[in-house]
Amino acid sequence: MKRKSAALWFLPALVLLSIVVLYPVIRTLALSFFHDSLATGFRAEFAGLANFRRLVFDSRFHSSLLTTTFFTVVSVAVEFLFGLLLALSVDALHGWRSLVRTIFLVPWTLPTAIIAVLWSWIFNDQYGVLNAVLMRMGLVESPVTWLAAPSTAMFAIIAADVWKSFPFVFIILLAGLQNIPQDLYEAIQIDGGGRWASFRYVTWPHLLPFVFVALIFRLVQAFAVFDLVWVMTGGGPGGATETVSIYTYQTYMRYLDLGYGSAMAVTPVAILALLGIALYRLVQMKYEELF
Amino acid sequence: MRSFSKIFVAACCLATLAPIAWHVVSSLKTPAELAVIPPTLVPHDPTGANYRQLFERRPFFRYYLNSIIISTMSAITCVGAASLAAFMLARIRSRFRSVARSVLLAMAFFPPIVFLLPLYEFVRAAGLVNHPWGLILPYSALNLPFAIWLLTGSFEQIPFELEEAAAIDGLTRFQAYRMIVLPLAAPALITAGILVFIFAWNEFMLALTFINIESQKTVTLGVATLSGAFMYDIPWGQIAAGVIASSVPLILLVVFFQRKIVAGLTAGAVK
Repeated sequence: MKRKSAALWFLPALVLLSIVVLYPVIRTLALSFFHDSLATGFRAEFAGLANFRRLVFDSRFHSSLLTTTFFTVVSVAVEFLFGLLLALSVDALHGWRSLVRTIFLVPWTLPTAIIAVLWSWIFNDQYGVLNAVLMRMGLVESPVTWLAAPSTAMFAIIAADVWKSFPFVFIILLAGLQNIPQDLYEAIQIDGGGRWASFRYVTWPHLLPFVFVALIFRLVQAFAVFDLVWVMTGGGPGGATETVSIYTYQTYMRYLDLGYGSAMAVTPVAILALLGIALYRLVQMKYEELF
Repeated sequence: MRSFSKIFVAACCLATLAPIAWHVVSSLKTPAELAVIPPTLVPHDPTGANYRQLFERRPFFRYYLNSIIISTMSAITCVGAASLAAFMLARIRSRFRSVARSVLLAMAFFPPIVFLLPLYEFVRAAGLVNHPWGLILPYSALNLPFAIWLLTGSFEQIPFELEEAAAIDGLTRFQAYRMIVLPLAAPALITAGILVFIFAWNEFMLALTFINIESQKTVTLGVATLSGAFMYDIPWGQIAAGVIASSVPLILLVVFFQRKIVAGLTAGAVK
């Protein structure tokens, strides 16, 4: 009886998760082994590994994978750098913390799609304020077509992402900094350690778990990037900013190729999961060495 | 060092607020002034016309109402289901708990595109295309792992003895949960609710896919697709007004609940 009534408590959550998460994951995984598209009249025909073989030779998929990786690595690296510097700076200030945190929470709270609209207006080549400022400062001679040129469009998207997401890193790391017992700093000063020594031997080791949390969440989110790209460039110009999520979405909704789209959806997850497990093992091994 | 800190913080604050301030300025300009090159810093002839047009020429009020209904219902559904599961999870002492928490964490790492197609098939089969519940169900479920994670941590801190005393007084487990545990966990429940509300308000990809008529759009979807309305004559004034108008509820939430939002965000990291 106890067991049964305990199950009842989980029921609502279980039903929701089954419909929205569990079933879709299984169905997407299964579909990736089938041909199911406009061409087959939306009847599923077993395809074995054909969809995955197609992925291996699909240069558009390769370039979307590369674009996504570039976006993820650059965005998260910059966000981490700014987030860390800001957290250290705010931690060094006395007071103002509440106001400062409120300010930085604003971009993190706004919808990504709205932020994309916001930055599109700033990066607008004709009326945008960025070109006006750069021209006034004499940094460029004529307006830059930020979102219409392959070389600058990705830069614009990364800028928008950094603006939205470095506050997340900041908030996590600031929480980490405030968790460090102050007497450790006093101890290292008594031992004659300077500023670098306190960072190296007190701050950094204590901050590391928070660094991992912030980085993992950001990496996972950034790799799934959709809203920013969809609204700012739609993947253009000429596919220069097309990420995996965008290409998958197009394969589903525009080319109506459900089997191939499913293979495209699950492959990056599999790659990332393997990478993640490998990385986790590596970190674990390193820790065992240390302790 | 200290002065570097101050300058860096001030510069970051400026960089964070300036783009929003620029949209406030832009939203108050007339179409003619918006097309002035270089842009004017202060509107010569401030006007509320862009905001008025949002409500008169577009169903902005409907967008708003849809977003409020969908986000509120998602928060209630999600936190309701999450609190039941988290309560039991916090009371179980077995391997099952750590397994359940790992599975929940893993769920949070899936990119939403993996769920998209089967979810769309489900929503269509259930007749929920262009229906608020077509979004409320996914939003509630997608935020469950996070909410359960957050609430389990909070429920664990409520002493088990309280429930034992309640049982002696003849309360059932559900009564103890409802009358003792929930009120004590109210701050965590509110935190979870606020965060789910924000996530639901912000979601774009599912809304883009499941909603294709104007009257059912959320405010995020509505404003993001304003730009695509005309190819050549993009209504930048209305768009700027839309950006500001759709952000106001979120900015208010941040101002009033900053502490709670930060607590919710960092709860997972600290544990």
